[in-house]
Amino acid sequence: MKVISIEGLIKTYRSGWPGSPTVTALAGLSLSVEAGEIYGFLGPNGAGKTTTLKILLGLMRANGGTAVVLGNPAGDVKTHSRIGFLPESPYFYDYLTAEEFLGFYGRLAGLSHAILPQRITGMLQIVGLTDARTRQLRKFSKGMLQRIGLAQALIHDPELVILDEPMSGLDPIGRKQVRDLILSLRERGKTVFFSSHILPDVEMICDRVGIIGKGQLLAEGTIDELVHRDHTDSVEVVCEGLDGESIAGIRSVASRLIQRGRQCLIILPNPDSVAKVLAEVAKHQGRLISVTPQKRSLEELFFEPAEIPCETRVPLCGT
Amino acid sequence: MWNIAVIAVNTFRENLRDKILYNLLLFAIFLIGGSVVLGKLSIMEHDKIMTDAGLAAINMVGVVIAIFVGIGLVSKEIERRTIYTIIARPIRRFDFLFGKYLGLMTTLAVNIAIMLLVYLVVLWFNHIPLHASLLQAVQLMFVEMLIVTATALCFSTFSTPSLSAMFTVGLYVVGHLISDLRGITEKIDNDLIKIVVTALYYICPNLEMLNIKGQAAAGVSVMLSYQAIATAYGLLYSGFLLAIACLVFERRDF
Repeated sequence: MKVISIEGLIKTYRSGWPGSPTVTALAGLSLSVEAGEIYGFLGPNGAGKTTTLKILLGLMRANGGTAVVLGNPAGDVKTHSRIGFLPESPYFYDYLTAEEFLGFYGRLAGLSHAILPQRITGMLQIVGLTDARTRQLRKFSKGMLQRIGLAQALIHDPELVILDEPMSGLDPIGRKQVRDLILSLRERGKTVFFSSHILPDVEMICDRVGIIGKGQLLAEGTIDELVHRDHTDSVEVVCEGLDGESIAGIRSVASRLIQRGRQCLIILPNPDSVAKVLAEVAKHQGRLISVTPQKRSLEELFFEPAEIPCETRVPLCGT
Repeated sequence: MWNIAVIAVNTFRENLRDKILYNLLLFAIFLIGGSVVLGKLSIMEHDKIMTDAGLAAINMVGVVIAIFVGIGLVSKEIERRTIYTIIARPIRRFDFLFGKYLGLMTTLAVNIAIMLLVYLVVLWFNHIPLHASLLQAVQLMFVEMLIVTATALCFSTFSTPSLSAMFTVGLYVVGHLISDLRGITEKIDNDLIKIVVTALYYICPNLEMLNIKGQAAAGVSVMLSYQAIATAYGLLYSGFLLAIACLVFERRDF
């Protein structure tokens, strides 16, 4: 079942007064998110990630295309009781205590007085802020604000959680806590749709990833599908004690060869040449230190589409 | 209704925790106290001067709160992006706007009640007779603040805080000069200016209608029918401004 379904979404806006040139934020974006999955939404700054999230939440209206969330048109107020949202670098009412803050959002989500205190206590425990229950948000650190922000997004136990850069500005411990929280949401059958720049985190937890650039979806799939698509793994060999003659033999099969003192780093374009290199090392009585297969990272994939000129870029999704 | 109440309570709480409001309240109490000195220094009618100056202090502080807190009601939420998490909840934009308005009006009502209490105590200690007309004047002041707050809120839905403040102050001044505008139109030869001034006369709120401080200071009450009509006028005008604010707010992107 599709929880989010976006078809040909278009959003343009004026950069200033009427008559000023229009800016295209989304140019026919299409994607879908299945129930129960963690979907990572990636793209460089200005690619249209936040605009997409805002349209899904009714903060913006699209100029064209359709966006359906939980079976209803995006922006439908009633559907919002089933959605939790954390914006990027959130600023909250800092005059409220953590308890008052969660109470406010819980009441807005329609939680009754009978269950609200329990939910507040539970959420504060989950995000590790029980000790800060009666502290005003203005005395919170950035990491604590991010965690209380997550708590407000989850206070009403939503089916779909939309997070805009949830790990930004967090230290490694904070990032791990957020990752664990997202994974626990999946275990409870929730759907998580989040944008992020922190690619290792995305690689670690996402079931599927969509890469957006200039308002269009450039690639979509599981991490495994994306990193292996149209790609032959390279191999990195490190050895020492090779002389000039043996190096000359290896250079012909290597795509790159770097010599530092006695050590030699050889990068092979594919695994086929490994046997020949190992034979050369053995023949010249060199010493093998390591052989490491290189996998293309999500980071390389992330940068790849951004470097393709817009006119010649071919969307990878669906191929 | 539930969401409106939740937003209103939160806005009221925000105002209560804002130190600026306490400073303004202290300033008002200082001014009311100062009116005693002013009255005693005057050669004649010192009771009337004391009564009038106290009412003016309440009015001034109330209007300052209405304008400067009113323009921030929505613009601050947009600027700080707190509105994102609110609109993403099951709440209509109208509920948000009306809740913010009600929250500020509750704050103003509490502020005015405190100022009025201090004012009446000061008058009583100075053996100045307390008339029902004083309460009438303060009630109509509150109606004026309903209009001023709605004006500030309306402008802040589509304009920057500084422009909203300028427009609201401008409308407040024109609203108090409105009866003079009628006279001015008869003396203007230029048709274009005449049309603009006539349009201003019909569009701007008639705030002078709500100003009975002079009569109240003299101990003269207005008829209850006048008070009821003036209150109804204020409520209708505020409702009209809130409707415009909602229309604009409903269509805007964040």
